[in-house]
Amino acid sequence: MSEVKEEDISVDRTKMTVSETDVAIEITDMNKWFGDFHVLKDINLKVMKGERIVIAGPSGSGKSTLIRCINRLEEHQQGQIIVDGIELTSDLKRIDEVRREVGMVFQHFNLFPHLTIMENCTLAPMWVRGIPKAEAEETAMHYLERVKIPEQAHKYPGQLSGGQQQRVAIARSLCMNPNIMLFDEPTSALDPEMIKEVLEVMVNLAETGMTMLCVTHEMGFARQVANRVIFMDQGQIIEQNDPEQFFDNPQHERTKLFLSQILH
Amino acid sequence: MSNKVAYVRTEMAPDMPPPVTQTGVVGWMRKNLFSDIPNTLMTLVALAFLVWTVPTLFNFLIGNAVFIAEDGTPCRAPGAGACWAYVADRFDFYIYGFYPDSEYWRPNVVFIVAALLITHLLWPDLPYKGLSAIAFFIGLPILAIILLNGGSFGLPQVTTEKWGGLMVTLIIASVGIVVSLPLGVVLALGRRSQMPFVKYVSIAFIELWRAVPLITVLFMASVMLPLFLPEGTSIDKILRALVGVALFQTAYMAEVVRGGLQALPKGQYEASHALGLNYFKSMYLIILPQALKHVIPGIVNSFIALFKDTSLVSIVGLFDLLGTVQATTSAVEWKAPHQATTGYLFAAAIFWVFCFGMSRYSMYMERRLDTGHKE
Repeated sequence: MSEVKEEDISVDRTKMTVSETDVAIEITDMNKWFGDFHVLKDINLKVMKGERIVIAGPSGSGKSTLIRCINRLEEHQQGQIIVDGIELTSDLKRIDEVRREVGMVFQHFNLFPHLTIMENCTLAPMWVRGIPKAEAEETAMHYLERVKIPEQAHKYPGQLSGGQQQRVAIARSLCMNPNIMLFDEPTSALDPEMIKEVLEVMVNLAETGMTMLCVTHEMGFARQVANRVIFMDQGQIIEQNDPEQFFDNPQHERTKLFLSQILH
Repeated sequence: MSNKVAYVRTEMAPDMPPPVTQTGVVGWMRKNLFSDIPNTLMTLVALAFLVWTVPTLFNFLIGNAVFIAEDGTPCRAPGAGACWAYVADRFDFYIYGFYPDSEYWRPNVVFIVAALLITHLLWPDLPYKGLSAIAFFIGLPILAIILLNGGSFGLPQVTTEKWGGLMVTLIIASVGIVVSLPLGVVLALGRRSQMPFVKYVSIAFIELWRAVPLITVLFMASVMLPLFLPEGTSIDKILRALVGVALFQTAYMAEVVRGGLQALPKGQYEASHALGLNYFKSMYLIILPQALKHVIPGIVNSFIALFKDTSLVSIVGLFDLLGTVQATTSAVEWKAPHQATTGYLFAAAIFWVFCFGMSRYSMYMERRLDTGHKE
């Protein structure tokens, strides 16, 4: 398990403020099944605006499924999920509303290979928000500069390295101007050298006050950036705490075992 | 380098040209024709085959062929080759069928307009594609009906019984192609729909049409269909064939497109949904452009098969290109040993030109659309 050392990336935590009153996501008594398999059990989670939450856990623990429920890539069968004040039901209009406000970054980037980097970034703003092309391109350039690859704008995804593609994927999400960002193992498919460049972009994003939910195995990132770490196993939240307590003083046996296996 | 384990390179090795035996004509021949004994043997066998066939073919097609003649007499001479004069004499019939000579300009205008519009649509970098698409998909059919059928604007009517030859082949093939691709896409999407009604209607349509031979479809359309219609109503013979061919082809096209949809990684669907694109936008902008690109070879394969299958309409009494060629093989004044052969060679050559054209264009598009940069 690769881990970014504390001194590798500079983090300015002063700009990361958590709202006391504004709720970004509220999940109440949520359950989900895949066929007969009870994949998420009794999930309760309240995320305030500006929180950076890292979700950790062994594979198959349901952590990806949990964040995929938040933008309805997966449907939950019981309980309530309210995102940005909108309750997720089978109402397609509300689903689209939520998806406009929630950005998502995938393990395998999922850039659109038939479009240039610029087109990848401007497509959703133009077709979903109805923003004129020139304005969308300006916004796209702004975010491509922020992820430090403006010079790749007119290339195709296939011509970029994995780390560059993932940074484009982040920029593409940001172009929709989301209030919440979901990261589903964003560095798991990357070479060690590229992990750092992606994490830097994510730290940078956290410093802007973005509400972030990250499923990741990067414990260095969790320790430095997160304000809360959630540990999941067998579809349930086993333990959650602030990073210092979580790493230095884990309570549940399963958490201790997990941490002993990934931290050396 | 010595046998010591530790080694440090002091200077980088320069790039050097490859050995002479690897480049130029000699290199190419060594590599491709004489690389080893089996390859050399194959080269020699292929050479022998060419020496054996090429002169014979040349003599038949050109050397001993009859190009200009009043009737079949020169073609009947011993040793005469292909009777091209016969094809030239019946050329108009092969192209227009029984269409009256005085009205040839009408199909000609339709052909030329269609050719110009197709060229404009298929040439990637030209502007105003939208305009020519509207002209092609809406204007051209109207123009074709007015001009070809006549009966209005002072044009004498030419009933579809008189249509024939390459004209009919092209009409059936282009209507089949133009109708089957969009309908096929709709059915392919329908078959993958989560709505049971849409899904099962699509499956039923596809499986019904795919499981029936085209000849049966055409036969049913021309013989059975009238039985179900109220007495006195008649649907034009060529229209029936058009509908039959188009629906038949749609079912095939749907399955080709579905293959492309299934080949796309799930992540593409998820990414477009996560960005807030609804079903239709994500299909139009993300999924279909990629899926259709993947199945260009399959789509063009279907088009080529359709183009050749149009000759089956002769079963319901329509004269397509092959039908007209066949009809003239019994022309007495051109009676000659190679009369029929020459006619069929001509038909084959026409079919080949169109099909090869489609094939080359599809390869060009594949290369052009390849942005995947796969290793």
